[in-house]
Amino acid sequence: MITRRHGRKKICALLTVVLTTLTVALSGCSSDKAGDSAKNSGAGSSAASEQANAGDTSKLIVGIPQDIDSLDPHHMTGAGTKEVMFNVFEGLVKPDENGNLNPAVASEYTISEDNKVYTFTLRDGVKFHDGTDVTAEDVKYSLERNAGVDGSEPLISSFSEIESVNIVDDKHVEVVLNKADSELLPQFTVAIIPKANANPETNPIGTGPYKYVSNAPQESLVVTRFDDYWGEKAFIKDVVFKIEANSDAIVLDLEGGSIDMYARIPSAQVAQLSDKFEIYEGTMNLVQALYLNNAVKPFDDVRVRQALCYAIDPQEIMDFVSDGAGTEIGSAMYPAFTKYFLPELNDTYNHDPEKAKALLAEAGYPNGFEFTITVPSNYKQHVDTAQVLVEEFKAIGVTANIQEVEWNTWLSDVYTDKKYESTVVGFDASTVSAGALLARYESTSSKNTFNYSNKDFDEALHKATETADDAQKTEYYKECERILSKDAANVYIQDLPEYVALNKKFTGYVFYPIYLQDIAKIRPAE
Amino acid sequence: MRDKFTEVFKKIKKDPYMCAGVIITGIILLMIVVGLFWMPYEPTKMSAAEKLQGISFKHIMGTDNMGRDVFSRVMYGSRVTFLIALGTVFIGAFAGTLIGALTGYFGGLFDEITMRVIDAMFAFPSILLALVIVSVFGTGWMQLLLSLGIAFIPSFARIVRGEVLRCRNTDYVESAKLQGVSDVRMIFVHILPNIKGVLASSILIGFNNAVLAEAGLSYLGVGSQPPYASLGKMLSDAQQYMFTTPSYCLCPGLVIVLMVLGFSFLGEGIRRWE
Repeated sequence: MITRRHGRKKICALLTVVLTTLTVALSGCSSDKAGDSAKNSGAGSSAASEQANAGDTSKLIVGIPQDIDSLDPHHMTGAGTKEVMFNVFEGLVKPDENGNLNPAVASEYTISEDNKVYTFTLRDGVKFHDGTDVTAEDVKYSLERNAGVDGSEPLISSFSEIESVNIVDDKHVEVVLNKADSELLPQFTVAIIPKANANPETNPIGTGPYKYVSNAPQESLVVTRFDDYWGEKAFIKDVVFKIEANSDAIVLDLEGGSIDMYARIPSAQVAQLSDKFEIYEGTMNLVQALYLNNAVKPFDDVRVRQALCYAIDPQEIMDFVSDGAGTEIGSAMYPAFTKYFLPELNDTYNHDPEKAKALLAEAGYPNGFEFTITVPSNYKQHVDTAQVLVEEFKAIGVTANIQEVEWNTWLSDVYTDKKYESTVVGFDASTVSAGALLARYESTSSKNTFNYSNKDFDEALHKATETADDAQKTEYYKECERILSKDAANVYIQDLPEYVALNKKFTGYVFYPIYLQDIAKIRPAE
Repeated sequence: MRDKFTEVFKKIKKDPYMCAGVIITGIILLMIVVGLFWMPYEPTKMSAAEKLQGISFKHIMGTDNMGRDVFSRVMYGSRVTFLIALGTVFIGAFAGTLIGALTGYFGGLFDEITMRVIDAMFAFPSILLALVIVSVFGTGWMQLLLSLGIAFIPSFARIVRGEVLRCRNTDYVESAKLQGVSDVRMIFVHILPNIKGVLASSILIGFNNAVLAEAGLSYLGVGSQPPYASLGKMLSDAQQYMFTTPSYCLCPGLVIVLMVLGFSFLGEGIRRWE
């Protein structure tokens, strides 16, 4: 008797599952068709706050995906924290949207002939958020705090090269290195903070266009415009960074008005947004490619690598993966680095399956070959790309098998141990420098995941790092890109699209070549 | 022979559970068998022009985000899901029955130790176990089968042990013992056939759990590798298109529901068979 009743219960439960599925499906249909009315009714209480905020452009609420991990600029680790605090803190130099490093707290800098002494001239009238002037003493303190002068591990590893930070006079600070390095400049974006502040962790004081007001963990970070900012002042007075723990709620919160802006919104969610929002389409700043292990057969043969390059069609991949959005790339550089990007390299290998087959035959693989593509399973865009690649390689008689791995497995097997044949991922740049993307191709680099080795490349890279002259340096970096393209070091595909949704009350969102959000450039639409 | 067949048929017709179970499972099996020989489209054939289409005559379950025919993929995917579930239950039931029968029959210290190990296995979530196996042996569906199979052993062992314990004290076992029947014969000839009803329905329930567990593990990228997909994998791929193309997640979802429902009815029917 008991078991029979139990059995009934199970069937009841099953029917409930069926009904729930149907309900979800049907409600999905209705909200799809009914559109705005359904969305508004769902928003509920947030609709009220929207009315209070409607037309008010003095306050911008930005949704961010994760909590602020530290308020001390030198101890922040998360990219999501750094991108927000970019608005509060500044370094001696500061990146701009084209990938240049412009003087900020310093008004100018000189690098000595031998690349061993960096001299910074402090800008007049730069004030901290507490109203005090920035002094050479503060600069020395900030740099030394990161260089580990007290014998501790340097917070910025390349600052271990710093021998001393000297105050020349009130307006000049010189940094002396113990070995030549012309690539250290991007590191001077590190925040300058006042020496007098005893608690940088709880009382963050910087020199940026916005100053810190309050922080509620797991909830929000509030900043307000700094009116004594030395440069172009911010347009919007109050900015709230609201933590959106639930990524499924982004659309609802944007529509309901509880947030005005959200960066890196998935394209499937962009499709659900109403015309109340301006969608800015930029790029993710990644070099997405089918990365090949140049040390394993058959990828040790340049003709095989070139054949694969001829076999793929980046536009077709974009059509499948992101509805045609994205930017084609032809070497290890993404287009947001306008200074270094070479669009002509996109045409080194245009889609040509016949030529690919001819090259394969020449290399001794007239009937193609079989290989494995290892893909981290948490990156849907890379898994999707791999699936399109498999189809494209079929056309030249090459069989590719996909193997999905978990992210940590990918890091240990592919990135560190180099036990792989090929992989689809995107590499990004940690600093605003072409070197951040290109240095890993040096034959001796520990980060050379691809086992790529070319004497000409190494030479060009060395010249680039040794030269202090920026124009010449850029030229050498471009030479590096050309070599990678000619050698078909990897099958370069695209820089994936990134979407930012901004309420039409505001305008002026600007994409940067690295991971940050410049709120000071956003202004009211009227 | 023919009489027996009609008799079984009549009996099935009389029991609504059995009837529904046979029909639903039959439809699913038919789809799988037909899929071996014929599918409306190649399940990996992509088409940029036909991305994320709804239900139409051309694609009766619509298309996915790569423009592949969902119906063909469901046909292929239910084969994968079915085989994984079958294999899982086979491993689980085989090893579980053996362990359960031996521990239940012999008892003592051996029983104590084995059952505590089984208890410890219960404490591990099967997902964790699967991840450990995958990190040691790599991804693929043999690994998935192995990890799910191992995860299913404890529940079978428990059920069989309980039943064997119950049978051990019955009169017919006692009398067989007096006749000097060997232990092996006792377990496999006298006891196991008497618990087949319970075993059969727990196998069918286990089959359902295996279908759902496979769907869950597919979220982690364990199991069948793209471009091929199991039903669970399709479902997890489809979730971000739930509002734009509801048919994409609805169709594989409904097939999973049907598969589970069919086997549940079948299990209930078999339990009431006698």
